[in-house]
Order: sequence, then structure tokens, then C-alpha cells
Amino acid sequence: MKEKILTNVRIIDPSQKMDEIGNIVIDEKGKIKSIGKKSGTSKSAEKIDLKGLIAIPGLVDMKAFVGEPGFEYKENFRTLSQAALAGGVTSIVTMPNTKPVIDNVSMVDFIIRRGRDKAKVNLFPCASITRQMEGNQMTEFGLLKARGIIGFSDVNKTIQNSELMSRIMNYASDIDVLIMQHAEDYELTKNSCINQGEVATRLGLQGVSDIAEKIIIERDLSLLSEFPCRYHINQISSKNSLNVIKKNKSNGIKFSIGVSINNLSLNQNDIGEFRTFLKLSPPLRSEEDRLSLIEGIKNDLINVIVSDHIPEDEESKRLPFAQAATGSIGIETLLSLSLELYHNESLPLEKIIKCLTINPAKILKIDKGSLKEGSDADICIFDLEKPWVVKAEELKSKSKNTAIENRKLQGKVKMTLLQGEVVYSN
Amino acid sequence: MATEKKVTAIKNTPKHLLGIQNLSVLEAKEILTEAKSFIKLNRGSSKKLDVLRGKTQINLFFEPSTRTQSSFDLAGKRLGADVMTMNMGNSALKKGETLIDTAMTLNAMHPDIIVIRHQDSGAPNLLSQKVNCTVINAGDGRREHPTQALLDALTIINRKGNIEGLKIAICGDILHSRVARSNIYLMNMLGAEVNVIAPKTLMPKGIDNLGVKSFTDMKKGLDGCDIVMMLRLQNERMKGSFLPSKREYYEFFGLTPEKLKFAKKDALLMHPGPMNRGVEIDTKLADDINVSLVKEQVELGVAVRMACLKLYCK
Repeated sequence: MKEKILTNVRIIDPSQKMDEIGNIVIDEKGKIKSIGKKSGTSKSAEKIDLKGLIAIPGLVDMKAFVGEPGFEYKENFRTLSQAALAGGVTSIVTMPNTKPVIDNVSMVDFIIRRGRDKAKVNLFPCASITRQMEGNQMTEFGLLKARGIIGFSDVNKTIQNSELMSRIMNYASDIDVLIMQHAEDYELTKNSCINQGEVATRLGLQGVSDIAEKIIIERDLSLLSEFPCRYHINQISSKNSLNVIKKNKSNGIKFSIGVSINNLSLNQNDIGEFRTFLKLSPPLRSEEDRLSLIEGIKNDLINVIVSDHIPEDEESKRLPFAQAATGSIGIETLLSLSLELYHNESLPLEKIIKCLTINPAKILKIDKGSLKEGSDADICIFDLEKPWVVKAEELKSKSKNTAIENRKLQGKVKMTLLQGEVVYSN
Repeated sequence: MATEKKVTAIKNTPKHLLGIQNLSVLEAKEILTEAKSFIKLNRGSSKKLDVLRGKTQINLFFEPSTRTQSSFDLAGKRLGADVMTMNMGNSALKKGETLIDTAMTLNAMHPDIIVIRHQDSGAPNLLSQKVNCTVINAGDGRREHPTQALLDALTIINRKGNIEGLKIAICGDILHSRVARSNIYLMNMLGAEVNVIAPKTLMPKGIDNLGVKSFTDMKKGLDGCDIVMMLRLQNERMKGSFLPSKREYYEFFGLTPEKLKFAKKDALLMHPGPMNRGVEIDTKLADDINVSLVKEQVELGVAVRMACLKLYCK
């Protein structure tokens, strides 16, 4: 590969507290050679002028579902990576709720090989915390980690058994693996599909109280004080949860928190008359909850924004609300929808980018999310102002279940580089 | 009736009757006026009209029902429609057929009206997006049961002359009740004051935002009420441990002659049926023709459904 220089670009890299207009020089190996306003040039290098655009580290999405194996009709490595790159995401943490579940080493080998062949994006596979995600028996954390598993998650399932959870934490602490919990008390969420309150009452749907989330967070953080391990909550959705988190953080307990971009941008009223594409887990809650989550990011109580990309075919969504599948796609619109929070003055740009790049990379302990000299040139280049309208049929995912169909957004990815190569541009 | 003047609001609106929530005051009044004209007809000896002659009405019932189903059946026949009733049970679902598939199949037979009862809230809305005939909601999950509310309104108007200014108590399992929801919307819309009374475990969150006052004490909730609507307590609620026992429920929330005295002297009693005698209502009270409107509700139900079928079928 020839040396490349990206010129006249505004570089925002929270990992080195950089926000300046300058150049990025990429060497033959696809690494960052120099960056910033003092960055040099070279005559032989290929020049790309990016005047008026912004370069940030390629996004790290900590929660996405890839349909392989078992659900290829919903998404596969090729379509997922196309969607990701079109959205400026260069590193994806993939969920293990495939068929079969990724809970043993032979599955890991398969997924890594398959991903390497089919996807043009950095994949970091998760394995399940418990076998078959049944919440009974922990998986082989040590062996799985040695094969390249980045973290452990039962995705949309929660370890209900407190004894097992304490053992998982205890065991995990010794071998330094990341445990990613979905916080939901099953007894409290039985048959429910949206937030409890007026909207649920009007629609005649069984509502779920945010206590179901809070109670698991409280339990886990109590256990965590006894068994400190690398613990992360995938997605929180309510003000009540944030209060618990705040209290525990001030008590010195160490853990990290994620939030889905959907919970930051939408609330329960958007469900309207049974829009099943907005049936999500955790559910969309009140406007007050949404605003408190934004506040949580401001105060560093929430560290990561994820897409919670869940491709679902039309068939499983075109059902009565209670029967419809849960989740929406979002990896391609993750950055643009996040930028909405900048444009409507909810959050500073630097904070948003931090939650999408260096913060998740640090939690995962991976060498991504930064444009420091010597790191891989995984770069997302976007136009902060460009207006566009989300059209499901134009999205690259195999499934088109976006929660933000027809939403008018401002800010769009122009170009994505992976190890110095332009892998997407429009 | 407040306005005997013929109002014609429905013509200009969507052709489905999915819920009271989607109805305007004018539309509701138009249905009630129309229904009133059918009461006499139904009491007469010749009950057949031909306004729906040549039209096909399919009653699609995914949940068991006696009175609603037979009421829609009769209503359609009295208007001259060809009526087909399909009791779906869970059979179609067991075979893996989705609601949409069923809808498409029926749609291919060119019906003019589909009357649907479904256990899932929102099912009629979904159906209405997929077929090109009129969809009438005969009860969906715990969301709405519009024709029940309309027949309740007609029954009240028939006895009290007007709904505006009345105080109406709805008592029982509000949480799971579509009848309660539709009645809350309609009675509010027609100018009544609505109280809901239920144990806390059967009271949905956010109910106060629907424009009602909520009570857990029958005495307070019934105070000054003109109409007392009792709801059926579904026995399966006991298993879910919403309540300690039937006995305790009856003690505090069952309507007895003594408790009825908390309401106005001339208060009338309603129940959408089927009744659990001795659970939510005293058996003698239920049969007391001086207070109970239960039979009248069933009778006027046919008139209301005839009105809905006539007005919505285009």
C-alpha cells in the first residue's frame, strides 16, 4: 500500500484530546505515521483533500448482532460489515445469540474464520456467559478468552440466579474477563413489552416497570463490591437505574455502563399506534428518562453508546405488538443519530465521539478507538452538517427494521478507512 | 338524546371502527342516533332490513365470545348481509398461520366487513392495514371494545336521557379490561365524570391521565354516582396472585345492596357480562330489574352493532 495523506481535515480524537485542523499521514502498513496540525507531508504519498470534513477514530460498536450462524436470512458478515462501514463503524463486538450459541471453542474458531473471510471490519466476538444462554452453568471463560473472545454476554438474557452471578464474578475476576450483563428481572417483566405507564395503558399492553432493571443493577453492584471483576451493563434505560449507578460509583465501585442510541433519541410516545419496529429491550421509556440518560453521559455515569443492532425480518415484526420480535437495526445510523444530540445541543461533540470510540475500546481493552501515532489507521470521515433522510430500503443491512424510518438527520459519513484503506466512500 | 338532529360525520373519516380513541364526538353521536332508530325495529315482529343486502360480513373471532359474537351475527343478518362466523380459537396460529396470512386469505374472498375479536391489543389495527374492507373491532386484548362502550352509552341514554353531567363509576379489574378503557374514553367524551375503583394490583399505571379519578375504596368511589358499571373478575387473576382470594375481593369490591347505597338513590347497575355471581356482584342485585340494566345492555347491543355495520360499511 502506498503512503496516504489526508489533508485539511478537522481531527477530533478524544483519546489524545485533539480537536484541530491538520493532516493525517498513513504509512505503507496502514498505521498512523503522524497526525495533527504539525503533521508533515511526503511527496510520494497519495493525497486526499478533506476540507470541511471531520476525521475521528473508526467507531467501536459494543453491541451488534450478526446473523451467522443460524440467522443468515436476517444478516450475515458481509451485509453487517457493509452497513457498519457505511456508518463509520470499524470495530464491532458481535453477540453470541446465534444458532448454535457461541458458548464453546469450536464455535469461536468458526466465527473468527468466517468473519475474517467475509467481513471487511474488525470483529470482536463475544461468547455467552452461560451455556446455551440458559443461566445455569458458566462457559469456559479461560479457554474462550484464549481463543480470542473479547467478552461475555447473554445478550438479552439476564443471569437470574444470584448465587451463580456471584460465582461468575468471582471466577471472572481471577482471569480478567469482561462480563456484560443485560439487566432485567424476569418475574417483573413477564409478558411485558413496553414501558409501564399511560402509553401502555392506552395501548392495552402489559407494561414493564423500570424497577425490573434497577433491581438487577442493585443486586449486581452489591455482588461486585464483594467480587470485583470487569463488569459492564450493556444498556440502561431509566433515571432510577442512573441513581443507583451514581450512588455506587461514588462509593468507589468500578464498572462501566452502556446505553443504546435508541434510548437516547426516542421515547415511548414514538411507538404511536403499535409501531413494532420500536419494540425494544430495554424498552423506550419516558421523556424524563431519556433526558436523564443524556445527563448521565454528560456526568460520565454512562460510558458507551451502542447501536444495539438487531436485524429482524419483516415477518417477525408484522405481528400484533405483543407477539412481534424485539429490536431494531442501527449500526449504519449510529453516528448520524448520535450527531443529532450535538445538533440539538444535548451533548458536546467531543463527548459523543468519546462514547463511540476510546471509551468502549478501553473497556474492551483493545487497541482501537484512537488515532495516536502507531495505531491502525481505522478512520471515520464525516460531514457534520449534511442533511439526509433515513430510508429503510437504502440501508445496507439485510433486514430493514429501522426504528427511525423517515427521520431527518444532519451529519453523514463520507468515507471510512480500515488500516489505511478506503473501504467506504460516497 | 342530546342531538336528535341527523349528524353525518362518519362519511368523511377512515372506514374502520378500531376504538373509541379514534372517534370524534360527532361520530360517536351519529352511531348512537342511528342505533336508536333500530331499537324499535328489533322489538317489532318484522326485523329484517336490506341496507346491507349483497354485502358479506365475516366475524373473525380468535377469542371465545357468546354475546358479542351472536350480537354481531344477528345485527348483520337483520341488515340483510351474508354473515359468516369463523371461530379461530388458536387453530390457525397452531398451524403457524399469522394474523396477516389469515387476513390476506379472507381478503381474497372480497368481504365488505370484517368484525374481529383478538387476544392481542392492536390486532385490529394491524388487520386494517392489510385488507381493503371495513374492519370493526369486537375487542382486542385489553385495549378497546368500542361497540360495548357504545351500547353502554345507548343504554344509559335510554334510561337517563343524557350522559352529560352524569357521574359514572367503573369498578373491578380495570387493568385487564378493554371495556373499562373504551368506556372511560366514551363517557368522558360525552361529558360524564368517571370514577374507577379497583384494588391497587388491578389498577393500571397512568390511568389518571386518561381523565378519571381512581379509588380503592368503594364507598368513596361510588359517592354520588348515577351509574355503577361492574367488570368481570377473571378467575385466572387469582393464579397470578393479583388478589388474595375471591372471598376477600367480594368483601371489599363485590357490589352488594349495601354498597350500592353509597351511590345515588336512583343509581343503576350495569355489567358487560358474563357475570361471576358472588364474586363481583351479589346475585339478587344482578337480577333486580329495578336497578340492573344487564338485559337491556344485551338488547341494545344488537341495535348498536347494526348502526356500526350500517355506517361503516361502504
